[in-house]
Amino acid sequence: MADPVLQLSAIRKSYGSGETESEILHGINLRLEKGEFAALIGPSGSGKSTLLNLIGLLDRPSSGQLFIDTQETGLLDDTHLTRLRGQRIGFVFQHHHLIPAFTAQENVAMPLLVARGHPDAAMFLKAGELLDQVGLADRKQYLANRLSGGQQQRVAIARALAMDPSLVLADEPTGNLDTHAADEVFKLLRTVNRQLQTTFLIVTHDPRLAKRCDRIIELVDGQIVADAPNTPDA
Amino acid sequence: MQSLLIIVGVGVGVAVIVFMSALLSGLQSNLIKRTLSSQAHIALLPPEEVARPQVAAENTALRLQKQAQRLRSIDQWQQLRDRLQNWPEIAALSPVASGPAFAVRGDANKAISLVGIEPERYNRVISLADRLTTGELRVGSGEAVIGIELAKDLGADVGDKLRIATADGSDETLTITGLFDLGNKAVNARNIYVGLRTAQTLLGLVGGVSNIDLALHDLDQAEALAQRITGETGLIADSWMRTNAQFVTALTSQRVSSNVIRFFVGLSVAFGIASVLVVSVIQRSKEIGILRAMGATQGQMLRIFLLQGGIVGFLGSLLGSALAWFFLALWRLMAVNPDGTPLFVIGVEPSLVFIAAGGASLVGILAALLPARRAAALDPVVAIRG
Ligand SMILES: Nc1ncnc2c1ncn2[C@@H]1O[C@H](COP(=O)(O)OP(=O)(O)O)[C@@H](O)[C@H]1O
Ligand SMILES: [Mg+2]
Repeated sequence: MADPVLQLSAIRKSYGSGETESEILHGINLRLEKGEFAALIGPSGSGKSTLLNLIGLLDRPSSGQLFIDTQETGLLDDTHLTRLRGQRIGFVFQHHHLIPAFTAQENVAMPLLVARGHPDAAMFLKAGELLDQVGLADRKQYLANRLSGGQQQRVAIARALAMDPSLVLADEPTGNLDTHAADEVFKLLRTVNRQLQTTFLIVTHDPRLAKRCDRIIELVDGQIVADAPNTPDA
Repeated sequence: MQSLLIIVGVGVGVAVIVFMSALLSGLQSNLIKRTLSSQAHIALLPPEEVARPQVAAENTALRLQKQAQRLRSIDQWQQLRDRLQNWPEIAALSPVASGPAFAVRGDANKAISLVGIEPERYNRVISLADRLTTGELRVGSGEAVIGIELAKDLGADVGDKLRIATADGSDETLTITGLFDLGNKAVNARNIYVGLRTAQTLLGLVGGVSNIDLALHDLDQAEALAQRITGETGLIADSWMRTNAQFVTALTSQRVSSNVIRFFVGLSVAFGIASVLVVSVIQRSKEIGILRAMGATQGQMLRIFLLQGGIVGFLGSLLGSALAWFFLALWRLMAVNPDGTPLFVIGVEPSLVFIAAGGASLVGILAALLPARRAAALDPVVAIRG
């Protein structure tokens, strides 16, 4: 078997300290292979976002080991962690978090700009291609805040793909959208997964969406209680 | 919008500083110029012959009288002149034979200062030729140039004759060739310029000079240079700063108070920039979080906000310089003498604008330090969730 894109072993996470300390994640083991399309489900407050933030290197576990592309992350300092995050991981949040004063294309080019430190023509070309892929060819020059919710989320997906990440983390990416737009966005994630073999880990509340993934991981009270392959209906 | 407002705020601050600086330096250089129009930057005098005994106050007048009667020459002044001429700090140098005398015309009799000069040299120390109201700067034998006040007191004009007498009995009749106005009433009423030779004869200083007047390239160096000359030659060297000590003190305190004002204007500009940036960090915390998630390091966030502070400061300084220029133009229109000539000349030196731009950018960056560190330290998890 090839190396995993992501591997967690015995990950624990506590918040607070002393008497107020409470453990949210109680020893998580998880492995994601290249090209997987997995759903992370569970009741509200079970620790899904916390887990996603750890995987996304936005936060550090209290204990346990976390590998991204076989790289152990526990010993990296903040700058290296940030670089690794920028290069290997894409984020799609429930609230798209686009920068409203910039156009769709500029928003998509942003991770490339952050990585290289100065703008060049190639990054806008790439941003344009990604917007073509997500079906926003005619909206490239629109300011982010003039797009609809579904369109903004598609821009956010294009942005998550800008650095050709090996892993895309999506925290309730459709949670804020109506059924039709949610369906479109989900289809887009699936298409990208098939075309680019990008690994996806998608947090969702919606059982219908979870059933359309290849694997369903269920988190309850900070522990994985179920983790099984799934055959999508459609 | 906020950025625009703060740039205007910075601009006003910079305008105040630039305007004030230009006004002050214009005022001061004008005052200095007026003061020095009739005065050498440094005057060299022969050393005291003996240590002066402590003299009781009532004898002071007597003592001065005595000294005045015994004019002494600077030893070997020609060698000294040739030596000092090579000093790079010294722009011009003029030997002078001067002493007290009386000007007599008809019934009028005035105590005056007789000043014997070599006109070309002297003119480079004190630009007498430019200050003539009538006649010309001609002090050949039998000729004199006198001040307008003295001319009025004596009822004399160019072409008239004048008798000069000294306390020890010499006298000579001179023809007035020109009238000067050195912008100083006392000088205009006292000084009579004659040829060096004429003065030497009248004052009993044949072949000698009573003092050497110097003009420097850099006015501010006068006191330091005077001390150096005293150290090397033993002569008394009076700098304009020493002879005008009170005036110099006034200038200095004026400068100090303007620096205090500048400092506080700068401080309020800095606080303005800082507060706007603090608000902007809070407002943009989500965007900061998302940039961090995309791989922007803490250092990059820091730089972005420092840069923003610097840019605000820089743009503000450009606006401020333009405003200051406008105010100065306005000032030139308003601050005029009744006859329409400007009260005094003020100009904005380009260097002042560069300093303002550099200073404001620096202040902007410093002001951004705190907000920028806040931005860099922002926890992306909290920022994105919030
Ligand atoms: N920064 C934090 N400090 C303290 N408690 C936290 C923090 N973040 C999350 N929690 C707690 O961790 C638990 C799991 O939260 P979260 O991961 O957001 O759950 P989910 O995304 O599954 O709804 C919740 O009880 C929440 O209150
Ligand atoms: Mg959540």
